[in-house]
Amino acid sequence: MKGLIGKKAGMTSVFIDGKHMGVTVIDVTGNQVSQLKTEEKDGYTAVQLAYDEKREKSVNAAEAGHFKRAGVAPKRKLVEFRDFDFEKKEGETVGTEIFAEGEKISVIGISKGKGFQGVVKRHGFSGVGMATHGQHDRQRAPGSIGASSDPSRVLKGMRMAGRMGGDRIKTLNVKIVKILAEENLVLVNGSVPGAIGSYIVLEGR
Amino acid sequence: MNPTIALVNKTLNPESKHPSFRPGDNITVSYKISEGNKERIQEFRGDVIQLNGQGTTKTFTVRKMANGVGVERVFPLLSPFVDEIIVNKVGRVRRAKLYYQRDRTGKASRITEKRQAIEQ
Repeated sequence: MKGLIGKKAGMTSVFIDGKHMGVTVIDVTGNQVSQLKTEEKDGYTAVQLAYDEKREKSVNAAEAGHFKRAGVAPKRKLVEFRDFDFEKKEGETVGTEIFAEGEKISVIGISKGKGFQGVVKRHGFSGVGMATHGQHDRQRAPGSIGASSDPSRVLKGMRMAGRMGGDRIKTLNVKIVKILAEENLVLVNGSVPGAIGSYIVLEGR
Repeated sequence: MNPTIALVNKTLNPESKHPSFRPGDNITVSYKISEGNKERIQEFRGDVIQLNGQGTTKTFTVRKMANGVGVERVFPLLSPFVDEIIVNKVGRVRRAKLYYQRDRTGKASRITEKRQAIEQ
């Protein structure tokens, strides 16, 4: 596997080969290897990448030691990639060169929080469907949530109203439309989960 | 606008190379059409009835009468397929969207030409 950590910069649209397409711009500046996990020591091989610098002041002793050992300035976000495709050393910078234009990748983000939502928005229930013919004022109610004295309880996993969004979402088969290597930007086709400025993990196959 | 997005727009989306025009103008649009691997140019001449959107999504609508039937085409202004735009006439209109042209035919649908000083 290979991957990068980035930040969602926003969306725009570009003409690529005459096609007008909506793209999400992801900023992947300054990914550095902060740790190499090995079979002997950790039981598996992986590359740990660090992204987004933070102030020395807000680093605790344990973190400071971890970054110092790798020779990397303290950063906010750490992500591990199992069995990295490229040979990397600790402290090395990883950039857009590991991806190619036209490649399909997975994009992971934390979706926007929607707050407490009803079943129509949260689970796609169709609602009651009628406003007239004696229907009282509960057009978006879930309806029955179970049977009677048998089983005499609500089954586990019943879809109900509640907190929506703020989940880790992985979108598969997202196409890389364009890579701006100098600016460290990756443009992917379509939308990407999460708010502008939130962390995005790009995962190759 | 977010500086990163502005940068992307600047590097990947060139400015319009076409002359500026407004609703009411009569223009000819040369549009590239690819058939198989051959490419040819088709012309579409008519009145601009609206400009829509901004930035890369800016489009314009051209309306013409073809065999007594009104035909409207929407072109993306920055599309690489829009080869050339020629402004034939500059019209004098008082609206940004000339939807009223859809209800008019024949003489009533004429747009008065704007009187301009001739450049020496």
